[in-house]
Amino acid sequence: MVKLLKKIFLWDLIAGLKVTFRNQNPKYICTEQYPAERPRVAERYRGAPRLNINPDNGETLCISCNLCALACPEELIVVTSERNEQTKRKDLTTFTYDLSRCMFCGLCEDACPVDALELTQDFELATYTREGQIWDRQMLEEGPRPTRYKC
Amino acid sequence: MPDATFLDSTELVLNMGPQHPSTHGVLRVILKLDGEKVLGTDCVIGYLHRGVEKIGENRTYAQFNPYVDRMDYVAAVSNGLGYCLAVEKLLNVEAPPRAQAVRVILTELNRIASHLIWLGTHALDIGAVTPLFYCFREREEALKIFENYCGARLTTHAFRIGGLQYETYEGFEREVKAFCKMFGPKVDEYEELLTNNRIWIGRLKGVGVLSADECKEYGVTGPLLRAAGVKWDLRKAQPYSGYEKYDFEIPTRETGDTYDRYVVRMQEMRQAARIIEQAVENIPEGPIMGKVGKVIKPPVGEAYVSIEAPKGELGYYIVSDGSTQPYRVRVRPPSFVNLQALDRMVRGGLIADVVAVIGTLDIVLGEVDR
Repeated sequence: MVKLLKKIFLWDLIAGLKVTFRNQNPKYICTEQYPAERPRVAERYRGAPRLNINPDNGETLCISCNLCALACPEELIVVTSERNEQTKRKDLTTFTYDLSRCMFCGLCEDACPVDALELTQDFELATYTREGQIWDRQMLEEGPRPTRYKC
Repeated sequence: MPDATFLDSTELVLNMGPQHPSTHGVLRVILKLDGEKVLGTDCVIGYLHRGVEKIGENRTYAQFNPYVDRMDYVAAVSNGLGYCLAVEKLLNVEAPPRAQAVRVILTELNRIASHLIWLGTHALDIGAVTPLFYCFREREEALKIFENYCGARLTTHAFRIGGLQYETYEGFEREVKAFCKMFGPKVDEYEELLTNNRIWIGRLKGVGVLSADECKEYGVTGPLLRAAGVKWDLRKAQPYSGYEKYDFEIPTRETGDTYDRYVVRMQEMRQAARIIEQAVENIPEGPIMGKVGKVIKPPVGEAYVSIEAPKGELGYYIVSDGSTQPYRVRVRPPSFVNLQALDRMVRGGLIADVVAVIGTLDIVLGEVDR
């Protein structure tokens, strides 16, 4: 009798749906609503490179020591500098970073003695041209500006 | 009607791959078939050849480190460990105890992640779609730990020659412990889906049998060898990176068919979780970097170091000529050697078994072709 009633009222279906609805709990939803909601990457994430500037006077922290260019396995960093006769130091003139060849290994970041070069949490690096992947000093200091979408 | 049609011919040659979803990459298998029966196979590899060994000759020791991650890209941490251990042997230094403990934790986590990919894709090939999603769900947790630790999920570049670059982050131990606690019941869940499943057993039992002697003949290592009944695990046989301190078992089975390899790998995941639990319990304090100079310049000599990667014995043979760049880097990848046994395993079987056997071999074509 019970068996028949269970069959009539589709008990198995209800029991199955119970499992389904239990998993509707927002805690179990893993879908990310990218690009409306941007994922949070780890603090140590190795993404777009950035050339840090001194926040007080806007001057670059880079001392043009060329260690990052030497550490890079792909030899994609080119640093040029000229000697400043007044301060007897090297002044950074250009700094190019070819992102199209970068594998984000982080060796340049490790090599930097003054924490000027850093791999940041920015991960949206698509461009329309190949040339756009070669970042100059200005681009490295400002960082990428991806379009922010609102949902 | 002509007397002989193509239906009368006994042998049919069929290309499987390089763009076949169940060859797990760009492997081309030329199958010689008689109806559904496989008469022989021919593997064509090299579609993913990038010349990693040659690249090694043109890079300094530290610079070559990120490249080894790109060979077996689902077990990048193991690759990095093998390479670092080989160069450390050349330099005659040892990583400090703290670095060794963290290395063991991350390598075993990577073993779990690699086996989860294997289980998911293998089950998917056989026709069970659900385990894939379950496996990737748990793998995600392991990859999150990698991302938090070193900033990358797949090509991690986690270890450096002489130790570690990154100190463990805050909450590392808590997350790893939570993973281990969560992971045990999840393996039960996979086993519930597969172990006693009639279709699963029907497709795997007695398929692709490789006996212990045949394994030794071909040089097959890893779970394939252990499923044939040989108790050989480099973590026990020649412990490295402090594996002798941990208590774990080597799971073995008798017949060496595809089902046995499934059981062995499932047991290995549990054992890996056990090792992580022990290692994370007491990570020793201290430095994380050994006495290695900024410029790595090993003395003239050669070193071969092999470790137990998730797929088998992973060996690095490095020859140094005293300069900052290696003279020769030779990699002995487990996938490449294990793939040789494919012909023996599928000969005489059915074409559907080829898919099962390629799945059970657990090959990564990036490592086969290098």
